[in-house]
Amino acid sequence: MIGDYPRLGQASADGATKSIVLNMGPQHPSMHGVLHLMVELSGETVLACRPVIGYLHRGIEKLFENRTYNQCIVLCDRLDYISQYSNEWAFCRAVEKLADIEVAKRAEWLRTMYAELVRITSHLLWWSSVGLDMGAWTPLIYAMVPREHLFDFYEATTGSRLMPNYLRFGGVKEDVDPAALEELHDWLGTEFFAHLDEFDGLLSGNEIFLSRQRGLAHMTTDQAVAWGVTGPMLRATGCDRDLRKDTPYGVYDRLEWQTMTDARGDALARYTVRMREMRESANMAMQCIERMPAGEVRTRLPKVLRPPAGEVYVRTESTRGELGIYLVSDGSVKPYRLRVHSPAFMNISSLPRLVPGAHINDFFAIFGGVDNVMAEIDR
Amino acid sequence: MSGHQFLVALVWVLALLVVMALNIIFMDWYERKLIGHIHLRPGPMHTGWHGLLQPFADMLKMLGKEDIVPTGADKLFFWIGPMVVVVPLFLALTVLPVAPGAALADINHGLFFVFAMQTIVPFGITLIGWAGHNKWSLVGSLRAAAQLITYEIPMLIAALGVVMLAGSTRLTDIVQHQTVWWYALKLPIGFAIFFVTGLAEMNRTPFDLPEAESELVAGYHTEYSGMKFGFAMMSEYNSMLVGSWLLVLLFLGGWNLWPLPPSPLWVVLKVYLVQSFIVWIRGTYPRMRLDDMMEMSWKYLIPAGLANLLLVGVLGTVFPKF
Repeated sequence: MIGDYPRLGQASADGATKSIVLNMGPQHPSMHGVLHLMVELSGETVLACRPVIGYLHRGIEKLFENRTYNQCIVLCDRLDYISQYSNEWAFCRAVEKLADIEVAKRAEWLRTMYAELVRITSHLLWWSSVGLDMGAWTPLIYAMVPREHLFDFYEATTGSRLMPNYLRFGGVKEDVDPAALEELHDWLGTEFFAHLDEFDGLLSGNEIFLSRQRGLAHMTTDQAVAWGVTGPMLRATGCDRDLRKDTPYGVYDRLEWQTMTDARGDALARYTVRMREMRESANMAMQCIERMPAGEVRTRLPKVLRPPAGEVYVRTESTRGELGIYLVSDGSVKPYRLRVHSPAFMNISSLPRLVPGAHINDFFAIFGGVDNVMAEIDR
Repeated sequence: MSGHQFLVALVWVLALLVVMALNIIFMDWYERKLIGHIHLRPGPMHTGWHGLLQPFADMLKMLGKEDIVPTGADKLFFWIGPMVVVVPLFLALTVLPVAPGAALADINHGLFFVFAMQTIVPFGITLIGWAGHNKWSLVGSLRAAAQLITYEIPMLIAALGVVMLAGSTRLTDIVQHQTVWWYALKLPIGFAIFFVTGLAEMNRTPFDLPEAESELVAGYHTEYSGMKFGFAMMSEYNSMLVGSWLLVLLFLGGWNLWPLPPSPLWVVLKVYLVQSFIVWIRGTYPRMRLDDMMEMSWKYLIPAGLANLLLVGVLGTVFPKF
């Protein structure tokens, strides 16, 4: 696939018109994180784009090798800091599979609930920036209102807004106050849906927004699969692939929900899928609260965990797609090797193939639909 | 020119400078407050009562900044660029009346003078973008040139309908024809076209492409800092003032507010209502795409403007009192 990767400086060989290369980022007002994009322009048409990544590389995978398993959970929050619980869950599942640990019943429901809540908060941030990328300021602030409410819930129940360090092997850190759960259930069922209706009224039905998103950066399922795209971007091509459905984990097989797809494959489809996912995630979180059994939230484990030697690969459906954790243990207290298969990294590799031919106006509209998080790409 | 006339003109010029400065100071605060409340936040609150001193803090900050001229910049044009934007807009203010005949120069061709002055602005913006020697500002300024030239044509056509009905290009005469029925009510199509094109002329959302901060960093004035950046910002507010004032005079009855007696107060009130509406649009709409915007002007606004002109001609001939 590297062969058809657009090369900078080649596309303008014809005629006397010179193309210019713009370096967008890492310092640019609408760059999501510290990404550097080299964009070749002919007039205002994008000829080629090359993402330059690595500005946020912290060597997280190496750091895993230098900490005991319990100490590693905190590193997962730093991967994709917008969907923290998903990362923690992926790592915990890998360790639990390797060491054959049974997870407490109630903890499975709590984990599922938090994973869906974090999908909402992550999509809310995406929604705010999708407006901002197209020049609408108001969505940025509007999306923060429900996001703040959920962050207050995170803080009240797990002790932290952004870096919760909440999941443990075989369960979660501590049980959640039933009153807080009830309050959250009420809020999700009423106010949160009212917020989403308001968002639809503000942006989803806007004629300028629709005309700019419709038919933009079209992608077929075959292309998406070939480029390794997963998550909402893949489902926006009509492909019904969701690991929560296909290889259920947690309590996803016990909830009533649907995979959200949209067959159009353009930027508007990516927008619609994420908007629908927010509603569905709220429904799933509400079901979790309703059906959650009482009981222990942690399995008793030795203080120092020594999983048997071996290797394991676990996939989960994080907010951005398939988050894979490949874990090798040599039987010691620390992981021998850990490798993260990042959905954001796979998704952003589709950007150079989506943007050629687009207007520079639309460049950021396409880029916003990719919904990348540099912390997970650079690790 | 006698000494007396010269003195009167001097007082007018000084008064207009004060009006311009007051408008910038007020709008700087007012736009932030209004957009803040649209965003569910209070806006500036800490500098003075409800942030009233914020414009002065901004001004002090801009005066204190280093005045950077980039190495590759065309120094001459870098200097005169902001002037070419600010001066014509100030000159346009000199013919805009607040009461019958109450302008520095209530000339016969006041309307065309305003348009002529507005036409110079794209030159200044292009100069600014070119002189900065920056790719962002180059793209922004070329966008500005294309956009402003494209939108001047339907704007003129829409204003021509008013001129045909009023039979004059003198702004006082045009307003005097709207004692009861404003031209916005008589010529709704022309009013709509004039308002939309006015937004484009002012570089306001959804036509703020020349300075699209999410794409072009700061657009045509990316390389400007300190007070020269201040000039660019001042010209934005000036352009908004001139545009809304002209809109009020042409379509919203100027100093007439039937059945109340005519008063300059109504002009001020209407001008700021129009500006509030423009800020409201900024708080609601995303930005248009450049090619969509061009298409809108050439394919829809210009034909609609010509149809409007035809309609005015027919109506004016059939009903001479229309």
